[in-house]
Amino acid sequence: MYLRLNSDESAIKDIFHSFFESECSIERVRLSQHAGFDTRAWERLIETGAPGMCLPEQIGGGGAPLTTGAIVADLVGEFIAPLPFIEHLVASRLLASLAPDHDLIPALISGENIISLTLQPTKDDHAKLVPAGTIADAVIACKGNDLVLASGKDTASLLRNTADLPLAHRTLNGAETIASGNEAMESFSRARSEWQALMAVALTGLGRKAVDIGVSYAKERYQFGVLIGSFQGLQHGFASTITGVEGSHFLSNRAVSALENDSDLGDKLAGMAFLFASEAALNASATSLQYHGGYGFAEEYDIQLFYRRAKGWPLQLGDPGVEYQRIANLCLPSGKVA
Amino acid sequence: MDWSFPPEAEEFRTEVKAFINEHLTDEVISSTHEGTIHNWDFHKKIAERGWLGGAVPSELGGGGKSALEMAVMIEELQLAGAPIDGMGVAIVVASVVLELGNNHLKESIVPKLLSGETLVSFGYTEPDSGSDVAAAQTRAVKDGDEWVINGQKMWTTMAHIADYVLLLTRTNTEVPKHKGLTFFIVPLNTSGIEIQPVHTMGTERSNATFYDDVRIGDEWRIGDVDGGWEIMKAALKYERGIAGGQFPSPPLIDAFVDHAQTSKRPDGLTIIDDPVVRERLVRALIDVEVCRGFAYNTAFLASEGVMFGVEGSMTKLFASESYKKHSKWFIDMAGAEGLLYLGEDEAPVGGLLDEHFRHAPVTTIYGGTSEITRNLIAEGLLGLPRTR
Repeated sequence: MYLRLNSDESAIKDIFHSFFESECSIERVRLSQHAGFDTRAWERLIETGAPGMCLPEQIGGGGAPLTTGAIVADLVGEFIAPLPFIEHLVASRLLASLAPDHDLIPALISGENIISLTLQPTKDDHAKLVPAGTIADAVIACKGNDLVLASGKDTASLLRNTADLPLAHRTLNGAETIASGNEAMESFSRARSEWQALMAVALTGLGRKAVDIGVSYAKERYQFGVLIGSFQGLQHGFASTITGVEGSHFLSNRAVSALENDSDLGDKLAGMAFLFASEAALNASATSLQYHGGYGFAEEYDIQLFYRRAKGWPLQLGDPGVEYQRIANLCLPSGKVA
Repeated sequence: MDWSFPPEAEEFRTEVKAFINEHLTDEVISSTHEGTIHNWDFHKKIAERGWLGGAVPSELGGGGKSALEMAVMIEELQLAGAPIDGMGVAIVVASVVLELGNNHLKESIVPKLLSGETLVSFGYTEPDSGSDVAAAQTRAVKDGDEWVINGQKMWTTMAHIADYVLLLTRTNTEVPKHKGLTFFIVPLNTSGIEIQPVHTMGTERSNATFYDDVRIGDEWRIGDVDGGWEIMKAALKYERGIAGGQFPSPPLIDAFVDHAQTSKRPDGLTIIDDPVVRERLVRALIDVEVCRGFAYNTAFLASEGVMFGVEGSMTKLFASESYKKHSKWFIDMAGAEGLLYLGEDEAPVGGLLDEHFRHAPVTTIYGGTSEITRNLIAEGLLGLPRTR
């Protein structure tokens, strides 16, 4: 048992922290608000090897475990980076697991092409509200009992949304079938779990930063002649909030490890971590926003960006209430009496 | 990160589970419903396995169970709902005495504690000092070779079945409050001690203890005169890792699921088939997994020899606050029958839902209230100014 980053992991974290500091500063994040994507930052991310880091070495990937991807995902959250790192990682692993020889793989590993996956049910040839839908060169979707790959950038237009996400509807017209039946559904379910677990890690990073922003503000802002950070009303709110974020940290990283180790608990823990992290991150953002007073509501202050992202990222999967019922069916019995 | 326990800890988990299967009978669990939160037979069975001594650090002469093995044991006992308050007290007091006590205390108390024959009650809190524990006013005054103690303690739980009390006293009123404290381990059969029951909302009995010209020899003192705060810190140190409280909810969840699977609501729906019930159960199960992450982290830190503080505070805060929330949800979702008390024939799962609802509030109070705990997190983790 070792619940910190080991020295290799710490080194990786340091490298990527520098990357995000220079490429995803809050100024840069604001500049790409309308597109929901920073092209230049993605081009620089390609240079780090991150897009293909968690793909098998045999096909040219970095061969890193999912836990390494989680180190980057945490930073994606901390910097609310407008980069489809998680979608790309998960969808390219999905494609590589089913069609390792696919022509698209090399460009996905390098990051020259971006791939995403649908998280909403598809109808006919329409994939609605696809994450990274405006920028993905390819999209994997569940269509009936098939998994299909729609390649080629179409002219999907961005749908303005709560969290400045690059959401778009995509067509599956002409998509190729890459797997069918049980294999397809199990692989897709696995990818969905990976997305949930990595998203939980990202939301943890987001939540931690949101608390940090609020606490820093409370250490600068005076009211009634004293720092507002000296009020127990704020202190206790921050303490409860950071406790939720820390809980989310351990649960989401345990979920990633469970998936990496093919544990039977992987699916369940990923769903649980996702649901818990979603609430912890929003609570952290909302609490810090509240303690800014009126300024928290002002566009000029960064905390509102965290508040909106904390809702937008997880809601791409749909109503969490549905997810609670799915986890219930994994964990709970039904009635014994008719 | 590596979340796996080493093989010896997993083997020990199997052993503990088998022990629980054999010895944690319904009678043991229901024995605590009479008010005393301790079961001597079960406690002695744990001692016979050597697990009390095993928990004492090996550098103090203990049995050298690792921090991770202890975490596994505490987790399994809590998941099963075993009465383990006495176990924690025995391990903490034995460890403190072995580290800082004199030979008299080491010889007279430690063997009996670790064999499960005797217990020590904690005597910190007073009528006028709870969270502000260093404000204790119970006086100890030297008179020749003896000490004379006068005062009163609150929440000396288990004092009515214990042989000793670990007593925090004031020996100096001329210095800042933390610097004038001295600890004694006082035999409870000493003349001048009176124990009165304090009955609680949660069925469990606690005590108030009164000290009226209690005379004891200096051999019962532990630590230096006016050096009591060091003993307090040592006790807190040994509580880390072995103090329970990380998993209060699982026995309640198990009980509710049993009930919900076999009971119908007035509208005819089996309780567990209601989506609202199912969502709440999942929320509770998620909270338990969060507690597990916190608990494993503190076990990991203990295994690394790290003196953690705020990590334990977060564990305690989250576990107790979520448990209190769960206890409210589950009594609600049992409907009006949820109100029925232990012993009522129609009470769901023998009245456990009511019992948990009445017990839960104390868990956000004892061992550091949620408010003090939040203060510690705000100061220790977030660097916000101390306000007390």
